[in-house]
Amino acid sequence: MKGLPPVLITAIVLVAGFVLCALQFPNIASTRVVCNLLTDNAFLGIVATGMTFVIISGGIDLSVGSVIGFTTVFVALAIERWGMPPLVAFAAILALSAAFGAAMGAVIHLFDLPPFIVTLAGMFLARGASFLLSTESVPITAPIYSTVSDFALRLPGGGRLTAVAIIMLVIVIGGALLLQLTRFGANVYALGGSRVTASLMGVAVGKMTIRIYMLSSLLAGIAGIVFSFYTGAGYSLSAVGVELDTIAAVVIGGTLLTGGQGSVVGTFLGVLIQGLIQTYINFDGTLSSWWTKIATGVLLFAFIALQQVMIALARRPAVRPAGATS
Amino acid sequence: MTALLPRRGLAQIFALIVILMVDRAVSPQFFDLRLQDGRLFGSMIDVLNRGTPVALLSLGMVLVIATRGIDLSVGAVMAISGAIAASLADSHGLPVVLAAALGAGLVCGLWNGFLVSILGMQPIVATLILMVAGRGIAQLITEGRIVTFTSPDLVWLGNGAILGVPVPVAIALGMLILTGAVVRGSALGLLIEATGGNARASELAGVGTRAMILAVYVWCGVCAALAGVIAAADIMGADANNAGLWLELDAILAVVIGGTSLFGGRFSLLLAVLGALIIQTMNTGILLSGYPPEFNLLVKAVVVLAVLLLQSPKLTGMAGIVARIRGTKA
Repeated sequence: MKGLPPVLITAIVLVAGFVLCALQFPNIASTRVVCNLLTDNAFLGIVATGMTFVIISGGIDLSVGSVIGFTTVFVALAIERWGMPPLVAFAAILALSAAFGAAMGAVIHLFDLPPFIVTLAGMFLARGASFLLSTESVPITAPIYSTVSDFALRLPGGGRLTAVAIIMLVIVIGGALLLQLTRFGANVYALGGSRVTASLMGVAVGKMTIRIYMLSSLLAGIAGIVFSFYTGAGYSLSAVGVELDTIAAVVIGGTLLTGGQGSVVGTFLGVLIQGLIQTYINFDGTLSSWWTKIATGVLLFAFIALQQVMIALARRPAVRPAGATS
Repeated sequence: MTALLPRRGLAQIFALIVILMVDRAVSPQFFDLRLQDGRLFGSMIDVLNRGTPVALLSLGMVLVIATRGIDLSVGAVMAISGAIAASLADSHGLPVVLAAALGAGLVCGLWNGFLVSILGMQPIVATLILMVAGRGIAQLITEGRIVTFTSPDLVWLGNGAILGVPVPVAIALGMLILTGAVVRGSALGLLIEATGGNARASELAGVGTRAMILAVYVWCGVCAALAGVIAAADIMGADANNAGLWLELDAILAVVIGGTSLFGGRFSLLLAVLGALIIQTMNTGILLSGYPPEFNLLVKAVVVLAVLLLQSPKLTGMAGIVARIRGTKA
């Protein structure tokens, strides 16, 4: 039940938006466009799943964009220059990014520092490290890349459900199950509700913090690999600012930034809404790309304001019996 | 407060001196100054000049952070005000241009302040909205182009000199003195600190916390707008995509290096500006040393971590860590 109403609102906004777009440009309502939307936003959906866990636990992870950038460069160099087999390179970068996230989580917990500033340092560190590896775009020519980018499930109506879209859908579903059905997921909600209460109730706060940031960085690493499939290259400046898009998607999806409430499904819908805005602007042709940012900002505001109202409404009954409200 | 300054700022002053010495070792003519066409030139002046935008941002940011807030939108506000200044520069006089650009900063600050203080949103979230939308708005103003201008008045703001001192540096100094006089010359600074220390207690004690919070965000917006105008004047153009990009992070870093806690409750304007100078001295040092500028980010990351660990309430010397590790093992 948690976070259901905001998710419903997000879903209604998505459906209404889609219908409006489809009325204006009937071609939008085709599997081809929808599949492209999924493919274009695959990496965003993957990172946003990890970010949902972090934000529900009451934290924030600003380093994800840089981790994606680092991953693309690392994978490209490992395959093209250091002669690693692609799968070994993938395993190495996933281990590296998981360790990176665990380290950030450990620093946040051990030194009791705000996640905001610790992951900010992580963002500088990962971006700086990717600059050190290479400042140029490194094309990837390994055969696995063409295999993966050619692979697609053909859907009726000309849609191609690409491999990266499938990876994203699997991760979103896995993330949703992990959050809703496991003890780990329950602990994430507990942490976001109140750290102290969670720890009194026997949640190992330190371990959880480390695992949550590990999960976020790991998913950012996977998103980086997906991003390199998508672009076929590694570039140290790729995915700059993705952390903002990700946080926006999570918030639009109805997750409270104060923690304790939210869902992966909502986040997925948030990603789709952002993708829809982008698609609409592409279809329109006269609108410029900066309208995406303004529209995202307006949506962000609308959803945060809505959350604010809902929190206020939720508090009111508790106060009214005391007769203290005017 | 001023009497306490030397003791509180010792670490920062020491750090600045160490970095300056490193820069001197890297580039022997680092401290050389020369006067040319009525303006001072030299690496030191360069540090001051290039550090101006971050110093201005940190002046506003430090007050926001003192109230336990944060303003992520300052980079976007810089882009907006720069775009406005550049678009108006060739058709209007300097007063109109400045009024419009600073007015835009004021409105942005009011918006942030309204969200945080009246609607009660979390500062990170509230200012995130403008951070995302602001750059879009700036691009709307410049219509996606890089707007250039030739108005000598505005160019003077970025490249001129007053008594040999570059105008941006003079402006930053003026703003530091003005802000210092207002917040430390009156009880305002104390009230801001009280708001950050414990908003509820301050409210009950009669501090107008809402007005305080609104005011610091407005001031932060104005400072950011001024920084945006100077940045635009410096390059004689406005680039909505890149003006002030990531500077919000530098400004927060400057404030943190200056010893202002992110948990609010106390602040030092002078040390925040010193923090901005430390960042710029490092940047310039890396450039002078011939290392690729990419090292900047790594060095910054290490500095942030070091400062954070020093500030960490859990870390009062090595004993703290040891006890903790033992504690978690047991």
